[in-house]
Amino acid sequence: MPKVKVPRKSTTVDMTAMCDVAFLLLTFFMLTSNFVAKEPIVVAVPSSISEIKIPERDIITVLIDKEGKVFVGLDTQNDRKEVLDNVGKAYGLSFTEKELTEFSKIGMSGVPITQMSAYLALKPEQRDSKEAAIGIPTDSLNNQFKTWIKTARQVNPKLRLAIKSDSNTPYKVIKDVMATLVDIKENRYNLITSLEKDPNK
Amino acid sequence: MAEMQVEDKGKKGKKPKQKKHGTRVDLTPMVDLGFLLITFFMLTTSMLKPQTMEIGVPSKDDVKEEEQNKVKASQAITVLLGKENKLYYYFGTEENGVTPELIETDYSSEGIRKMLMTKNYDVMKEVEQLKKDKADKKVSQEDYTKRLADLRASKGAPVIMIKAADEANYKNLVDILDEMQICNIGRYAIVDITPDDLAMIDKKTGGAK
Repeated sequence: MPKVKVPRKSTTVDMTAMCDVAFLLLTFFMLTSNFVAKEPIVVAVPSSISEIKIPERDIITVLIDKEGKVFVGLDTQNDRKEVLDNVGKAYGLSFTEKELTEFSKIGMSGVPITQMSAYLALKPEQRDSKEAAIGIPTDSLNNQFKTWIKTARQVNPKLRLAIKSDSNTPYKVIKDVMATLVDIKENRYNLITSLEKDPNK
Repeated sequence: MAEMQVEDKGKKGKKPKQKKHGTRVDLTPMVDLGFLLITFFMLTTSMLKPQTMEIGVPSKDDVKEEEQNKVKASQAITVLLGKENKLYYYFGTEENGVTPELIETDYSSEGIRKMLMTKNYDVMKEVEQLKKDKADKKVSQEDYTKRLADLRASKGAPVIMIKAADEANYKNLVDILDEMQICNIGRYAIVDITPDDLAMIDKKTGGAK
């Protein structure tokens, strides 16, 4: 019996289509993405049925962790320098241009202003360590948190406040923060939550 | 595209014999790169923007003492957030030396929500109707928002005072604010807890600790 000749087909597949798809998806992801801002501490936010989305820009985020440490983050990079400069002035401290530039690269910070220089001198990797996350003092004698918010408001009047707190943060801390905000006439703010199903729907 | 040109030339002139192979580029590495980048972007992005709850607090100056007490005792419900996710409420206010009865409940749908919904039944019913109308396209979006706000702030609706103990946590606060949304309560306030309230909770728990 003669052998049936199986025609040898090339095993290479045309990759053009796949390449197209890959880059299409890539374009989509690049355009829709907004990067996850790095936060010094991890917080698990409580859920709510509220469906209001957080505004795109001009937000000042107040991050509060379980132990009541407070961090402040500005989302506009341009304002950060000015804010730090003004906060420093309020406490009689001045920062060098290098320190200001360094600060503008940090999304969220939470160190007492007196330790800010030391904090900025650290390497970026070291800043993420647990020891570096001290929190901004909020007690009534030394309320630096108040100064931060006030200064940020002066620099950018369009700012909106968003409070992002851990589910297990004691109410006492929240109360202090809220009282501080009322003190400086910040009466409207947003509480960041994750989405939960509305039982009425 | 490059391929087509080659074919064209071949048909027309027939003379310039170009090698046919080599016009095809192996795209595999490019696909690899594409998918690698996709993976990177997928992992670093947060597609969902976080949800927020908007709250407005009256500033210190424009709340007068009298205004705070203006709430009619018959409409007032005080909700106390205690420690360890405990929740209590009482009707009326504790003026005139009468201590109202403290009732313990929880954050579940059978607990506080049921109570609030019964109390706010009239408003709930109308809101339901309004939502139905909206689903049938009888009311416009603006009209809906306006009427919803009106309904929620209507006179007969209960007024909730939220008082949280220092030991309560943030989740409790968000939960209770959430209940206000669910039960369509337009008038509520976060008030500081008083020593009397704390004493009531202590008494209720029977001084077990």
